[in-house]
Amino acid sequence: MRLSELPKGASAVVERVEDTHDNDPIAQRLRDLGFVEGERVRLVARGPIGADPLLVQIGYTRFALRRSEAARVSVQQEQA
Amino acid sequence: MSTGTLRIALVGNPNCGKTALFNQLTGGRQKVANYAGVTVERKEGRFTAPSGRVLQILDLPGTYSFDATSPDEQITRNVLEGNYPGEAAPDLIVCVADATNLRLHLRFVLEVKRLGRPVVLALNMMDTARRRGIEIDVDELQRRLGMPVVETVAVKRGGARALIERVDGEVPVAASALPDDAVSRAGLHAQVRTLLDATVRMPRATSALDDALDRWALHPVFGLLILAVVMFLVFQAVYSFGKPMSDAIGDGFDWIGAHLSIWLPAGPLQGLLKDGICTGLGTVLGFLPEILVLFFFILTLEESGYLPRAAFLLDRMMLSVGLTGRSFIPLLSSFACAIPGIMGTRSIQDPRDRLTTILVAPLMTCSARLPVYALLIGAFIPMHRVWGIFNLQGLVLFALYLAGILGAMLVGWVIKHMRKDRSEHALLMELPSYRVPQPRDVVIGLWERGAIFLKRLTGVILALTVIMWFISTFPSPPAGAAGPAIDYSIAGYLGRGLQYVFAPLGFNWQISLSLIPAFAARETAVAALATVYAVGGDAAAGGLAHALTTNFSLASALSLLVWFAFAPQCMSTLAVIRRETNSWRNVAISFSYMFAVAYAASLITYQVARLFL
Repeated sequence: MRLSELPKGASAVVERVEDTHDNDPIAQRLRDLGFVEGERVRLVARGPIGADPLLVQIGYTRFALRRSEAARVSVQQEQA
Repeated sequence: MSTGTLRIALVGNPNCGKTALFNQLTGGRQKVANYAGVTVERKEGRFTAPSGRVLQILDLPGTYSFDATSPDEQITRNVLEGNYPGEAAPDLIVCVADATNLRLHLRFVLEVKRLGRPVVLALNMMDTARRRGIEIDVDELQRRLGMPVVETVAVKRGGARALIERVDGEVPVAASALPDDAVSRAGLHAQVRTLLDATVRMPRATSALDDALDRWALHPVFGLLILAVVMFLVFQAVYSFGKPMSDAIGDGFDWIGAHLSIWLPAGPLQGLLKDGICTGLGTVLGFLPEILVLFFFILTLEESGYLPRAAFLLDRMMLSVGLTGRSFIPLLSSFACAIPGIMGTRSIQDPRDRLTTILVAPLMTCSARLPVYALLIGAFIPMHRVWGIFNLQGLVLFALYLAGILGAMLVGWVIKHMRKDRSEHALLMELPSYRVPQPRDVVIGLWERGAIFLKRLTGVILALTVIMWFISTFPSPPAGAAGPAIDYSIAGYLGRGLQYVFAPLGFNWQISLSLIPAFAARETAVAALATVYAVGGDAAAGGLAHALTTNFSLASALSLLVWFAFAPQCMSTLAVIRRETNSWRNVAISFSYMFAVAYAASLITYQVARLFL
């Protein structure tokens, strides 16, 4: 599933970040920020309008990602 | 090496406390400038180490990686490698990492190490790390990284002592430079994981306090409510602290002006000093208190970590009109004055988003429009009650504010659809830990903003004010002339020339003429109208309102109100756009689009109003 589809409060493990086009700088930036295979993420909160952006906890850091950005990350949801 | 100046470059991820460390090391001894051709700030400071050696410190912009997608990152990389023209390669790199956020920050440390230059790692915020029970085996980390590691607490007095001792000693040996390619970069995370497993024990991934605060601050309902309250308080403060100080400065310059006319004989010199320089300086300095009060709150909110939360809450809304969540605070500041608003866009890293924000900021109804609105609404709009509870005058004022906001949304939307670059620009924003703002960092930040404003703007604004004074004074009226002096001046001729342009909007030549000084500062339009209608004395405002109602129609008045809502004013704003974007082209774009919008809106208003009224 995509990180953008993760329910609020759920945890998941990153599988990979997919480029939406060649040399996708956003995908590269996501990888630089630590969205790499095997990393645990958690969906902490969602924005008030259209549930966008998403607040994602990865490692010790929290990032706000727009849905379109989070859709680049494919994850495996962990069972709580 | 042990004598002479040692050049140190300070690098690190955003939110690592690098600037606080820089302030701790250098105090107020900083020079802030821009890198040539871009709006990336270059901050340099120096201090003398215990050994007597002078250390020159360059504070580079915070970056997550050397991937170089933004101008900050490119500059940081080029400076560190010694490839930036006019910037000598640093003798030593001090890489700052937040000890509570090492998983993210160590990756950048490894990237810096690969440059093959001498590096010292400063583990910052060690006090917070200890409080949160985070244990770091510094010796082991030092051994595995192959670089000296020191602990710092940037926000505590003496918290940089270990760092100073280390950089004052021998320059460490550099690791060998490694090639930079995607494959080896992908391996960095694995290296970080190994390092963390061996050296760091973390009882909890996040701070419990952050989690608790964010549950409220980011709540879909309470979060927005808190934001509204915070903004309301900031605005109250701007009006209750900043405005009286601004008025006092204005009064002070009026007083000096009045005394100048007593001490100096009437003539061009008195006119230049009184109406040109005194009024000009009064206008410029009058902005300062409000700007400082506003920036005090913006800096405090920024330091505390709340600003990214506000951006998070509003991003979706702003995105739909071609902006970003980060545009919100600058735009809100523009309701007080567009100048701090435009200066506040520095917190938007993405150059495209920043430019859009700068272009729409002047459409927000700033406080300088109020005197004009008050005069025209008072003179032309009756005090009707609408539906029993609303006052028609208040409704018109509200409509003008709304017009500015809707105008900005429309312009943002148009810019979004007009630009060639349709690529997706990321939000990807870190929400840092909440922190107690440090007075020193806020004061230094305020001092910098104030200095930029005074140094960079005073010259331009003063020059323009003097020009404005010149064209409204010369040539002098012929002997025995009956009308007001401005009537015979260059500005008078311009006003009459402008009348042909503005006649379709319902402006007579007096209004057209008053638009010239209004370009210097909007509120002077009132004074200019008073001059041309030759009303004076204590009852000036009341007399002027009367003169206006007898001289032009309601349709003209509405048209003029709409004009002030959108028109390209004032020149201080244009000067700050020039300064912040480093481009006259953006000034030209800004001026022409606002002129076009104001012209079209006023034209429609006048022509429609004429049909119905």
